[in-house]
Amino acid sequence: MSAASKQLDELIGREYRHGFVTTLATDTVPRGLNEAVIRMISARKHEPQFMLEWRLKAFRHWLTMREPQWANIHHPPIDYQNISYYSAPKSEKDGPRSLSELDPELLRTYEKLGIPLKEQEMLAGVAVDAVFDSVSVATTFKEKLAELGIIFCPFSEAVQKHPELVQRYLGSVVPYTDNFYATLNSAVFSDGSFCYIPPGVRCPMELSTYFRINERNTGQFERTLIIADKGAYVSYLEGCTAPMRDEHQLHAAVVELIALDDAQIKYATVQNWYPGDKEGRGGIYNFVTKRGECRGANSHISWTQVETGSAITWKYPSVVLLGDNSVGEFYSVALTNHHQQADTGTKMTHVGRNTRSTVLSKGISAGYGQNTYRGLIKVLPGAEDARNYTQCDSLLLGGQCGAHTMPYIEVRNPTAKVEHEASTSRIGEEQLFYCTQRGIAPEEAVSMIVSGFCKAVFQNLPMEFAVEAQKLLGVSLEGSTG
Amino acid sequence: MLSIKNLHAGIHGKEILRGIDLGVRSGEVHAIMGPNGSGKSTLAQLLAGRDGYEVTAGSVRYLDQDLLAMPAEARARAGLFLAFQYPVEIPGVSNALFLKAALNSIRKQQGLDELDAMDLLQLMRDKMKLLGMDELLLPRAVNEGFSGGEKKRNEVLQMAVLEPKLAILDETDSGLDIDALKIVADGVNGMRHPQRAIVLVTHYQRLLEFIVPDVVHVLSQGRIVRSGAAELARELEQHGYGWVEEQKAA
Ligand SMILES: Nc1ncnc2c1ncn2[C@@H]1O[C@H](COP(=O)(O)OP(=O)(O)OP(=O)(O)O)[C@@H](O)[C@H]1O
Ligand SMILES: [Mg+2]
Repeated sequence: MSAASKQLDELIGREYRHGFVTTLATDTVPRGLNEAVIRMISARKHEPQFMLEWRLKAFRHWLTMREPQWANIHHPPIDYQNISYYSAPKSEKDGPRSLSELDPELLRTYEKLGIPLKEQEMLAGVAVDAVFDSVSVATTFKEKLAELGIIFCPFSEAVQKHPELVQRYLGSVVPYTDNFYATLNSAVFSDGSFCYIPPGVRCPMELSTYFRINERNTGQFERTLIIADKGAYVSYLEGCTAPMRDEHQLHAAVVELIALDDAQIKYATVQNWYPGDKEGRGGIYNFVTKRGECRGANSHISWTQVETGSAITWKYPSVVLLGDNSVGEFYSVALTNHHQQADTGTKMTHVGRNTRSTVLSKGISAGYGQNTYRGLIKVLPGAEDARNYTQCDSLLLGGQCGAHTMPYIEVRNPTAKVEHEASTSRIGEEQLFYCTQRGIAPEEAVSMIVSGFCKAVFQNLPMEFAVEAQKLLGVSLEGSTG
Repeated sequence: MLSIKNLHAGIHGKEILRGIDLGVRSGEVHAIMGPNGSGKSTLAQLLAGRDGYEVTAGSVRYLDQDLLAMPAEARARAGLFLAFQYPVEIPGVSNALFLKAALNSIRKQQGLDELDAMDLLQLMRDKMKLLGMDELLLPRAVNEGFSGGEKKRNEVLQMAVLEPKLAILDETDSGLDIDALKIVADGVNGMRHPQRAIVLVTHYQRLLEFIVPDVVHVLSQGRIVRSGAAELARELEQHGYGWVEEQKAA
């Protein structure tokens, strides 16, 4: 191995920075899954009957399902009976009303992660619904949002206060029968975020949630439901990091977005869960179902994701374009280093007329990382004049990693125009030398080259998130080819 | 400033440089000429710290340091600059950002404050004006979609901004039109300085009419086969490289 590539391997070999575990007393149900556990979860959350029934239907359906086998990911079998399906911080009963009531240990955790909640509250104008393990422990800016009629609260609270909205929309985009992980989530989900923007309202701030997994051996099952009523607009940010640990953790979240006539939802994710160590031990299994439905005419949904964490990512944020003239977008950066695996992409289903979709995917592989783009563009017979443009670019750093592109196209209307472009490149030794010859340190150079590669995606992130995402890439990678 | 002694180097087991001796003092301008494939770019890139060459014998001292022991970025920070024969494209990274990163890493090494964006922009604009470059190249990605001549001028811009102690220009004149050649030559002449040395790799006497070198070397098959004053370039232009070989044989 040449000196440069050796140096680069060392750079790539950086350990995860956000790795630590806090020692909070938590209240965890015993491991295993059966109807009694589901009834207990539902009872603890004081859920109405319809929720319990829905969970049970999901659970019974789940028992008939098998894990999907088609993705390009590999892991030892998951023992679903060895997972604890519910955990809540002890303080749950009292319910903190302000940050000062929070466990100081928890606040310190956020600080270590560089999420100064207090500062955000005061400065950033971002309403933060922080999820610690399964129960939301801090919600801010509620009043301001309430004035506009915006509902932004933990999912469990929405179930109590707005059961009619939950009942109408829950599972209407991702039904409880959808897929193995989504069905499991439907049965056992513990909490998440709920957001409703009333007709004609433009949400004046970015809504944001920080997720974190902290309980040993606890699967995390979040459920997010966002509804933008007619003519409404909302931009939602989801970001997360996780503590170091050596056991695999299953994370199977579901996010449903619904945009009615003329509504727009922008959903951005920065995902930085523990990816496992250099040898591929530990790390989060991130098996997520995210789907949006452009239900109304002229509606617009965009997904932007920066995926740098998790041992395995299985995730296809998709859009169903039902309304005429509706628009779906997917912008993605997925980075795999060490032994990380990502099988990610999107599904754009064109149903309405004159519907348009754009897919821009940037995959970066380093170390032994495996990165698969999997996309489906589906144009149904009624989708006159549908348009899709897809671009998938892969960047390889080093010789042991892999990039795979699997675009599927199904067009059943002759007026459709579907374009696909793909490229694979390597961070050239030449590019790197050009930078170092100008005095730029190799790690900075790689970070710069990768950021450049991802620029078109970052442009779709809100400013402060873009900066964070760029930093994250730098931290997750800082190295390149030999 | 630079002292190369009996340098033998190659790549993939093939010897390309076969005993180079070359001394460059500050304030001097040297020209290196020679046929295609004689090893000019190899020498330039090896000096600049490109990885992958096997040095089998010899030594290189630069400012009293063992140059070959330093990684590329350390050489750059110690004032060694290479204008690439084939400048590299970096998609998505703006020219301005790239220059900022470069200048600030060099300044940091020298114990200077980082230049802020405004000062830097002013500096770049001034230099670009001197080089007759369009400011619109600043926000564009490094060398991406630049014309051949724009790429070459961009190299000279970087040199002008980074103010190296030893600048090696590898065929920076190739691909420039006559007006651009004059502008670039003026730019390089403007950088002649008692504390700075310049090494020009070129095929053309024309450049050396604008930038008159103190010494001209002829590199052939990995060796410097002849060194002389500026007139040597003119003679070469008339007689070709074969003439040097013949003279040597004679
Ligand atoms: N990476 C490499 N692998 C194999 N051979 C190489 C490599 N780099 C250079 N060479 C060979 O070394 C020799 C010298 O190349 P070099 O680029 O230094 O020549 P040059 O004098 O700069 O030529 P030109 O005037 O055409 O630019 C050539 O024969 C070239 O093919
Ligand atoms: Mg050359």
